[in-house]
Amino acid sequence: MAPGWGGTLLVGFLHSIEIAIGATCLGLLIGTGGACGKLYGGPVARDLLAIYTTVVRAVPELVLILLLYYAGTDLINQVLAAMGYQRIDISGLAAGIFVLGVVQGAYSTEVIRGAILSIPQGQIEAARAYGMPPGLMLRRITLPAMLPFAIPGLANLWLIATKDTALLAVVGFFELTLATRQAAGVTKAYLLFFVAAGVLYLALTLFSNLIIGRVEAWSRRGMPSVKEAR
Amino acid sequence: MTGETAVINVAARASLWLQPHRIVLILIALALVFCAAFFMRWDWLPQYWEMGLLGIWRALWILVVTCALGFLLAVPLGLAQAGGPSWFAVPAKVFCTIIRGTPLLLQLWLLYYGLGSLFPQYPWIRESWMWPYLRQAWPYAVVALTLSFAGYEGEVMRGAFAGVPKGQLEAARAFGMSRFKIFRRIWLPQAFYRALPTLTGETVLQLKSTPLVATISVIDIFAVSSKVRQDTYLTYEPLLLLALIYMTITGILVLIFSRIEARIPVKIG
Amino acid sequence: MKTVLKTFAAALLFGVAAMGVAKADQVKIGVAAEPYPPFTSPDATGKWVGWEIDFIDAVCAEEKLDCVITPVAWDGIIPALTTKKIDLIVSSMSITDERKKTIDFSDKYYNTPTAIIGPKDQKFGATPDDLKGKVIGVQVSTVHAVYAKKHFTGAQEIKEYQTQDEANNDLAAGRLDAVQADSIALGEFLKTDQGKGCCDLKGMVAQDDEVLGPGVGAGVRKEDTDLKDKINAGIKAIRANGKYDEISKKYFDFDIYGGATQSN
Repeated sequence: MAPGWGGTLLVGFLHSIEIAIGATCLGLLIGTGGACGKLYGGPVARDLLAIYTTVVRAVPELVLILLLYYAGTDLINQVLAAMGYQRIDISGLAAGIFVLGVVQGAYSTEVIRGAILSIPQGQIEAARAYGMPPGLMLRRITLPAMLPFAIPGLANLWLIATKDTALLAVVGFFELTLATRQAAGVTKAYLLFFVAAGVLYLALTLFSNLIIGRVEAWSRRGMPSVKEAR
Repeated sequence: MTGETAVINVAARASLWLQPHRIVLILIALALVFCAAFFMRWDWLPQYWEMGLLGIWRALWILVVTCALGFLLAVPLGLAQAGGPSWFAVPAKVFCTIIRGTPLLLQLWLLYYGLGSLFPQYPWIRESWMWPYLRQAWPYAVVALTLSFAGYEGEVMRGAFAGVPKGQLEAARAFGMSRFKIFRRIWLPQAFYRALPTLTGETVLQLKSTPLVATISVIDIFAVSSKVRQDTYLTYEPLLLLALIYMTITGILVLIFSRIEARIPVKIG
Repeated sequence: MKTVLKTFAAALLFGVAAMGVAKADQVKIGVAAEPYPPFTSPDATGKWVGWEIDFIDAVCAEEKLDCVITPVAWDGIIPALTTKKIDLIVSSMSITDERKKTIDFSDKYYNTPTAIIGPKDQKFGATPDDLKGKVIGVQVSTVHAVYAKKHFTGAQEIKEYQTQDEANNDLAAGRLDAVQADSIALGEFLKTDQGKGCCDLKGMVAQDDEVLGPGVGAGVRKEDTDLKDKINAGIKAIRANGKYDEISKKYFDFDIYGGATQSN
């Protein structure tokens, strides 16, 4: 019925994965910074971060995406201009990653903050007692120790990120859902293409679940089994 | 006496909360709101507020109906996975996996544009009593959002049903209760109390999914703001107001749920 | 910890900035990210094809502009222009006074009448009386949406769709009684299997210059007079050297530029 559109769908799928990976990485970066800020930052930083996480979690992703897509990229350019740099063209890919990354950042801030709080206090005190500088302590103790606590939550966020990429179709970004809609619109085979896209998303989720299981087992190596600990 | 201490408590908490830097932050926020009110264009408000209220009403209506129907569907889904026979458990698991593994936007479009375009090919559907409903967009929105809520909450209910201690059910059986009575009196209430804390989060997530229905031509509050954007060519003002509206609704939802949760005594054995 | 936070912030900003650097001298041509045959439509490989794509390619070649097609959502295409995500709208956008408050337009490059289509098994025309009590589908923020609301006040409902394709699909699915849009785009739909099976042309709507405007032009930012002049010169040049007619012949068997009678 429609040879050739399969390739377009796959390109869209790749774009979706690219954005999901980029957004998750950016989200992790924001999340780590945000969690440290919430735990160790000054009162102003803490309040600002609280506002950030509350607002992002209370407003629909679709609205945030529209706001950040138009306002966010504008803002970056104005900040760059204020710092004396030239304004840049922000590609659709970068804008998509930025938008979803900011949304993901709020959720990962909470996940990582919770994970850091679950680290046995003694480990951090021991590091302080050794006179470790904060950066080294973050790298050597806090981040590795919180990983097993954070991974289930972060894995969930990754799954949400892969599905949230579909929302970028609404601002006209070419990813799997928009590719599907274009293919369906041109060929009029709506059901066929929507089911095909659904299968692709599902395959990504199931494949991710497989990897996540492995990673979780790896990150918990050497720790007592969760069931026993409870 | 108790009233007095309560007042003192509130005052103490307020002074603890209202630290100097917070006052500065609040002032900055007020200044921002002030700037937004005076330097942005809001002259479109009188023309659209009625439409906006209708949109909010529609969004809330969809939220309440889909959450209620979705929860009713989630109970058998969770029960099937937690202790049903495999011919019942496997389809339930497949359903939950599919719903949770694909974007809601895609599910919505699949139902409305995919399935919806098949219906008119069958004359008996066109002539049946359902046709006037199938012609409209909202039934598709309600079905898609209900299934989505059921898929996510079904997974929660599975855990909740499985989490009820076996001893409770055995005790009930020892009392000679019938299977249905055990379910109604022991299993369901305990599972429900276990699932209750997640219900707040799930309902807020559901609220945040409602704007998607605007993409299949249901006029909710999101669609109204899109309309304002298209009519006036303003980008930020309608979106900022929309974000504020959603934040308010979320806040009210969280408040209502925390009230309900506080009222329900902890009955988990 | 302060320095760590600062490093994070800086890394974020520059990370995002570094990803997004594109060539600054390119002219980004905004088209609606939806199939709108025969003007702009993605083919199976994801390439954009159609009369309007060929047309703007010819204009860009004439004026030696480095043009790149950038699909964006139709309902956000004017904000995309004003926030500089794109530099030029070439997406069958009619020149209207309402839009001119926000953006500027090049000279018109085509003008075609507006049509009404409907289901085959119903007989009606394109006058307000014919459309009384009907559900009419239009694309959002188009001249057709404005026109339908102004003239078809007796309609049961005027439903607005994000893309023309969705409106057509809902007509075929029996959810609409009529669709109002550009006659060529609708003609193209009626040629497809889906369109042939369900619907036919009901007629052309009465002209209303105030709403429908003098035709379709390329949208530019108000301050971009330089680009606007270049596009105007390009249109004039390809009209004069026969390139415009050559492209049009590939798609149409009549002149879509529109005579003086149709434009104003």
